[in-house]
Amino acid sequence: MAESHSSDAFVEFERVQKSYDGETLVVKDLNLSVPRGEFLTMLGPSGSGKTTCLMMLAGFETATHGDIRLGGTSINNIPPHKRGIGMVFQNYALFPHMTIAENLAFPLEVRKIGKDEREKKVKRALDMVEMGAFGGRRPAQLSGGQQQRVALARALVFEPELVLMDEPLGALDKQLREKMQFEITHLAHQLGITTVYVTHDQTEALTMSDRVAVFDDGRIQQIAPPDILYEKPENSFVAQFIGENNTLRGVVKEIKGDLALVELDNGDLIDCKPINVSKVGERTQISIRPERVEFDKKRLQPGVHTLKAEVLEFVYMGDIFRTRLRVAGNDDFIVKTRNAPDQKRLQPGEQLEIGWLPQDCRALDA
Amino acid sequence: MSDTATNAPVLAADGTPLKRSLSRALRVQKMRALALIAPLLIFVLISFILPIGDMLFRSVENQIVENTLPYTVEELGKWDGASDELPPEPVFRDMYFDLFLAAEMKRHTRLGSRLNYEASGMSSLFRQAGRKLDDPGKDAQDTLEEIDPRWGERETYYEIFNAAEGVAVDDALLSAQEKRIRWLADEPPTGEMNFAPSAEASALLPLAARVYTSFGVITGLVDNKVVEKTKPMESLYLALVQDVTRPGFVDDLAAYNGPQKDALAALATAGLTAPNYTQIFEEVDRNWAKVETWRIIQTHSGPYTSGYFLNAIDMQKTPEGAAVQPENKRVLIQLFIRTIIMSLTIMGACILLGYPVAWLLANLPMRQANLLMMLVLLPFWTSLLVRTSAWKVMLQQNGVVNDVLVWIGLVADNDRLVLINNQIGTITAMTHILLPFMILPMYSVMQTINPSYLRAAKSLGATNWTAFWRVYFPQSIPGIGAGSILVFILSIGYYITPEIVGGTKGVFISNRIAYHISSSLNWGLAAALGTILLVVVLALYWCYDKIVGIDNVKLG
Repeated sequence: MAESHSSDAFVEFERVQKSYDGETLVVKDLNLSVPRGEFLTMLGPSGSGKTTCLMMLAGFETATHGDIRLGGTSINNIPPHKRGIGMVFQNYALFPHMTIAENLAFPLEVRKIGKDEREKKVKRALDMVEMGAFGGRRPAQLSGGQQQRVALARALVFEPELVLMDEPLGALDKQLREKMQFEITHLAHQLGITTVYVTHDQTEALTMSDRVAVFDDGRIQQIAPPDILYEKPENSFVAQFIGENNTLRGVVKEIKGDLALVELDNGDLIDCKPINVSKVGERTQISIRPERVEFDKKRLQPGVHTLKAEVLEFVYMGDIFRTRLRVAGNDDFIVKTRNAPDQKRLQPGEQLEIGWLPQDCRALDA
Repeated sequence: MSDTATNAPVLAADGTPLKRSLSRALRVQKMRALALIAPLLIFVLISFILPIGDMLFRSVENQIVENTLPYTVEELGKWDGASDELPPEPVFRDMYFDLFLAAEMKRHTRLGSRLNYEASGMSSLFRQAGRKLDDPGKDAQDTLEEIDPRWGERETYYEIFNAAEGVAVDDALLSAQEKRIRWLADEPPTGEMNFAPSAEASALLPLAARVYTSFGVITGLVDNKVVEKTKPMESLYLALVQDVTRPGFVDDLAAYNGPQKDALAALATAGLTAPNYTQIFEEVDRNWAKVETWRIIQTHSGPYTSGYFLNAIDMQKTPEGAAVQPENKRVLIQLFIRTIIMSLTIMGACILLGYPVAWLLANLPMRQANLLMMLVLLPFWTSLLVRTSAWKVMLQQNGVVNDVLVWIGLVADNDRLVLINNQIGTITAMTHILLPFMILPMYSVMQTINPSYLRAAKSLGATNWTAFWRVYFPQSIPGIGAGSILVFILSIGYYITPEIVGGTKGVFISNRIAYHISSSLNWGLAAALGTILLVVVLALYWCYDKIVGIDNVKLG
C-alpha cells in the first residue's frame, strides 16, 4: 500500500488522442500514469471520453495518436488477447451457453493450462467471490449481483496485473451496488492488482478509488484522491460534477494573497479563496459546498461579508435537513444542516443572513 | 378469515372457490381472444385444413370398387383367389350387370383407371367391356320378341315391375338401388321418382326386378323422364332370361298373381337356356378369362386400402400381402432419398453462403446494414418464376455462365458444362431462392448477440478465431437451426424450380406428386406420397426438437 503512489508508472497514456470520424477528437491529448496497485477511477458524464480511454487500454480501440504503455512497454500494436488485461463489462458479458465454471475456465483453457490446475484456480476464484456453490449453473439462473461476482471472478481468475471495469455496477439496485463497491475495492487491495474503473456515478468514484480522474470534453479536468477532489476542486466543472455545489457569479474586486473579494452580480460582496482567477475585473464563478454554509452568526469570523437570504423550502431528510434558499438571485442555493437536537429548522419565508469561512469558498473559472 | 386449512380451497371474497372465480374472470378474456382469431381460424379451417384432410384421406380411400361393383365384390368374396381356377359363374353374372349399370352411368372407365394403377391394361379392359356388353342384351331381346311380341313393348315390362295401386312395394330393393345410383351419379340427381318396384315381381324375377328398378331410378331420378314410356336398358332382357331359366321358376310362377302371367308362362315353356356369362366376357376380351384379372379386382375391393402407401414406397398389394415392386418400377424411394439429400445439400449451401452475410448484417453500422438488408430482401420483390427463369438463362449451355467460362478459357467451346436440367441446376437455383430464408433468422439471432461477448472472450485471452468459435458461434446456433428448418422444409416440398431447371434428374418428390395429381390422375398415390412427405417433415422436426430444442429457435 505504501508504494502505491510511487512514481514508477504501470499504466501510462502519453499524449493520446482518439478520433472516430477524423473531424472531432473524442480524447484530446491525454496524459495519465497509474502506479502499480492503484485503484484509479475514470469519472465523467457520458461522451466525455472515459470509456474510449478504457477501450484503448483494453485494445478494442486504437489510439489515433500517442502512446499507451503497460509496464513500460508500448502496447499500441499488441492485440487485446495478448495484453493479459482482465476486464469486467457493463452487462457482465458472461457467456450464456456455458456454465459458471466453464466461463471461469475459459481464460485458463485458452492459455492451455492443465485440467487439474484449471479446476483448482476456478474453485479458488469462485470461493473468493463467495460463489463456490454455483459452478454448475448457467448465467441466466443467477441474480444480477451474483452475475456481477462471477464476472469479477472471471476477470481475475487468470491473475492479470491490471483489471479494467466498465461501469460494472450500473445495472444493480442501490443497496447491492453499495455492497459490491465495498467488495470490489476490498478484493482489489487484497490482491494488490492495478484497477482502472470507469463510472459516471460520482459517489461510487469517491468511495472506491485511490485516485479519481474527472473527464470532460475529452480531457482530464482533475486527477486527485477523492477528498482533494471534493474539497479542493480546481475548476468549476469538477466543483459542479463532484458532490452538491452552490455557485454564484460575479466579478473579482480585489485579490489579497489568499483572499479574494468578489462582487456578485446583484452588487453584494463576499470573501473567497482565489483558485484560478488572477486579476481584478475577471469574471468568476464562486463555489461553496452546502454543508459549509453557516447562518448562525456566532460561528462566523468577525468582519466577514454576509449575504441576505430567503428560505424557499425546507426538506426533512432524516439524517440531514436540506433547505433551499434564494441568495443573490439564485433560487437553487442549498444549505445542508445536521439533524441535531439544537439544530434550527428554518421555515419558508424566513429572512436570514448567511456566510462562510473564506477558505471554503473557491473562486473558479467563469 | 385467514386461517384456511392448507388443503382447503382458497375462497374468493364472495365465498366461491378462488379457482372458479378466476377461471370465470379469465373466460371473458379468452372468449375475446377467440373472437379476434375466429375469422382467420374459420378461413384456414375451410380453405386449408379440411381440403388437406380430405386429400390425405384419399390415400387410403378405395370405395370406388365396392360402390361400382357391389354385387360382384360380394360374390368375389366367396372365391379363393389363391386357387388357379376362374371365379364361378355367379361372379361373372354379377360383374355383367354391375358393369352394365356402371357403363350406363359412364362410371366404368373411372373404375378401370383406378385398377389400372395396380396393373396396366385394366383401363382398356373395362372401357372395352362397357362398349361390348350391350350385344348379348340385344340378342336376348330378339329372342324374347320372337317368343311373344309383347316382350318388344316397353309397357309390358313397366306393368310387370311397377307396383300398381294397392300392390305391395319392395322398399328394400328400391332404397338399395336408389343409394347405388346416387353414388354413381356425377352430380346430385334432381329428377322425380315415378316408379316403385312391385314386391311380387321382385320375388318372382329377382335379378330382372333389380335391373329394372335401377333403370327406373336412373330414368326418373337422374334423367327425369317417365319410366313407362322409356325403353329399358339391354341388360334387362338378359336378366329376364336368367330369371325364367332359374330352377324353381315354374313353381313360383304358378303362385304368381301379378300382371302378364301368360307372357311369362310363354317364356317358361319356350325352352330358353341360361346365359353363359363367362363365355360372354371371354368373347369381350381374353383377359377376362384370366385368374390374374380377378385377383386384382378381389385384392383391391375393400373400402380402404394400403395399396397407395405400398405403391408410394415401391411396393404393391398382392393377394399374398405386400410385395416389392419389380425392379423397373422402383423409382419413388430413390426419389424420396434424392429429395432429402438435395434438400440437405441446399440447406448446407445456404448455411455456408448465408452465415457470413448474416454476420455482416448484424455487425455493420445501421446505414450500411439497411442497404445490405435491402439487397437480401430484393429477391422477395421479384416473382419466383422470373428468378427461376433467369437461372435458366444463366445456366444453359449457351448461357451466361458457360459463355463467361469459355471466354476466360476455363472451358473449351465444344465442351460446355451441363449446368441445367440436372441436380446442379436445381441446387444452384434453389440455394439462391431460399437464401433469404436462411439469412433472416440467422440475422435476427446474431443481432441479439452482444458484441461485448466477443470483446470479453478476447480480453480473456482468446484469439479472434477462438472467440468466434467458442463464444459467438454457439450463440448463433439457434439462428442456424431456425434457418435450416425453414430452408429444409421449404425445399423438401419445392415444386416450381425443380420443375423448370431440374430436367429429369433434378426433380423432387413434389414434382412426382404434381404429376399424379394433374397427369396420371392417381390422386390416391399422390395423397399417399404427400402424407409420407408430411410425416417425414414432422419426424425431422421432432428429431430437431429433441436434439436442439424448438425453444431455442428464434425467427425474430
